[in-house]
Amino acid sequence: MSRLLRRAAALPLIMLGVSAAVFVAIHALPGDPARLMAGPQAPESTIMALRVRLGLDQPLGAQYLHFLERAAHGDFGISLRDGSPVSTVIVERLPYSLALGGLAYLLALLVGVPGGAFAAAREGSWGDRLLMAATLVGASLAGFWVALLGMEVFAVRLRWLPLMGAGDWRHYVLPALVLSLLPMAMILRMTRAGAREVLRQDYIRTARAKGLSPWTTITRHALRNALAPVVTVVALNLGGLISGAVVTETVFDWPGVGRLLVDSVRYRDYPVIQGVTLLSVLGVLLANLLAEGVIARFDPKARGA
Amino acid sequence: MITMGIQRLARLLRRLPALPGAKEPELLIGAVLCGVAVLAALFGPMLLGGDPAAQDLFHVLQPPSWSHPCGTDAFGRDILLRLVYGLRLTIMEIAVSLVVAAGVGVPVGLCAGMAPAWLDSAIMTVSDVVFAFPGLILALLVVSLMGPGLFHALLAIAAFSIPVYIRLARNLTVSLRHSVWVEALQVLGASRARILFLHILPNAATPLLVQATLSSGTVVLSAASLSFLGLGAQPPLPEWGTMMSDGRNALGAAFWPCLFPGLAIAAAVIGLNCLGDGLRDRFDSSSRR
Repeated sequence: MSRLLRRAAALPLIMLGVSAAVFVAIHALPGDPARLMAGPQAPESTIMALRVRLGLDQPLGAQYLHFLERAAHGDFGISLRDGSPVSTVIVERLPYSLALGGLAYLLALLVGVPGGAFAAAREGSWGDRLLMAATLVGASLAGFWVALLGMEVFAVRLRWLPLMGAGDWRHYVLPALVLSLLPMAMILRMTRAGAREVLRQDYIRTARAKGLSPWTTITRHALRNALAPVVTVVALNLGGLISGAVVTETVFDWPGVGRLLVDSVRYRDYPVIQGVTLLSVLGVLLANLLAEGVIARFDPKARGA
Repeated sequence: MITMGIQRLARLLRRLPALPGAKEPELLIGAVLCGVAVLAALFGPMLLGGDPAAQDLFHVLQPPSWSHPCGTDAFGRDILLRLVYGLRLTIMEIAVSLVVAAGVGVPVGLCAGMAPAWLDSAIMTVSDVVFAFPGLILALLVVSLMGPGLFHALLAIAAFSIPVYIRLARNLTVSLRHSVWVEALQVLGASRARILFLHILPNAATPLLVQATLSSGTVVLSAASLSFLGLGAQPPLPEWGTMMSDGRNALGAAFWPCLFPGLAIAAAVIGLNCLGDGLRDRFDSSSRR
């Protein structure tokens, strides 16, 4: 457990490094946020007043300390686009992204884990080959392409599903499916690899020898031990899921944090870009820590120093 | 924490099963797809002839036919011709981002592997900080700082691949630097730089090459994503992501302006992934270091 604690302690340090890097990068820009915020026609005096109000007249180091102090209180500045606090803008969008991402991961797990177990149990069979080929293709498709084709077929032609936006459950179907493709392929492959390795162990041979069916052997004995790599892959792929969500949300006009980021990049709304970036890095780091914890809980070998 | 995470992921990735059955078919599929792509990029424009930007407003959104095998887009441009020119762009994208990512990552990683412990851990910490960013988020940050455009998008994509090369080159160096022949070179008085770049680098080349092939697929997908979002290549460049972004507006009336660029991306990425997996399996003993 002590290793876990040490890692938890390193997390604020890494976040500090990330925030400093993002802060310096954004403030090293030639453009002037105050000028951007005030608009092209604003008089020089307004811009100066705004610079003082935003603290932009102070040295960079002081600005960063000031930023950290406010960030510790949940204040990430004001959106240049609509003038509302960055934290409010993000908190408004976050539930949509969490719902979509959570659903996508759930789908990926519901298909990936049984699929991987099936492939491992029937290694070398046609089903196994087909599943492996499907994961190769699934991991190679551009998400936005699948999204566009899905919209064309199910929304425009068949009219079964809404084209875009958020609303009732039918709005979730296409975006969640598109977003789940990549994690589904990864989880299926990892489960298969993990289960294959476990199936070669002596205790599995014992289970089979005492007359258990292959399926019972896998679900009751092998899967539990094969899932540690799956947990790791799920956690380490959160970054990939976030990247995928940015594109998927934009294609489906989904009101989540990903589309907020793309819109903010188009408007050069730096406070929002900074807030979303820091939030996503924090999410990835926390997910890694959580995965470490889960694995340490289930796998005594991973608990050592 | 992240260090361990990366090591674990690397270990896991190595355990990823390749396509079941014989190992060679995968290498074959990858080599054939990539070979065909290179030939098409080299000779396609000559064979097809014509200007990929030439508009023909009397023949917009024509469905696939003998004269336009992939149809025409909303400006009457031939989609197949644009795809072939897009292939050249794609190869250029892979080349630029790999050269930048490996060009920065490999020397830094080699040096970290030979450096004193404090410098090594300092370099790896910085590398881990960069690695903590989700790829596309870092790319969007870079593009928002430098402005949209294909070259900036490629730099952004290179930025998030750099830590991968740093770690791989460092680990390879660490595993090689205590070998007998390195000690012999040291005794003979070879300089550190000479050992690193003339002796360790050639021995580490195969795993680095496998990594480069495997990450080429990511480069293609990321570049197309950024272009699709309007932050990478700008119209009228026949970049595949840009073509799909154009085709999106015609959906409902015509699906082929979207369909074919997506198929091209899928074929390219499948080819690169097969090639990478196949190479990894073939050179397994060296990539396991």
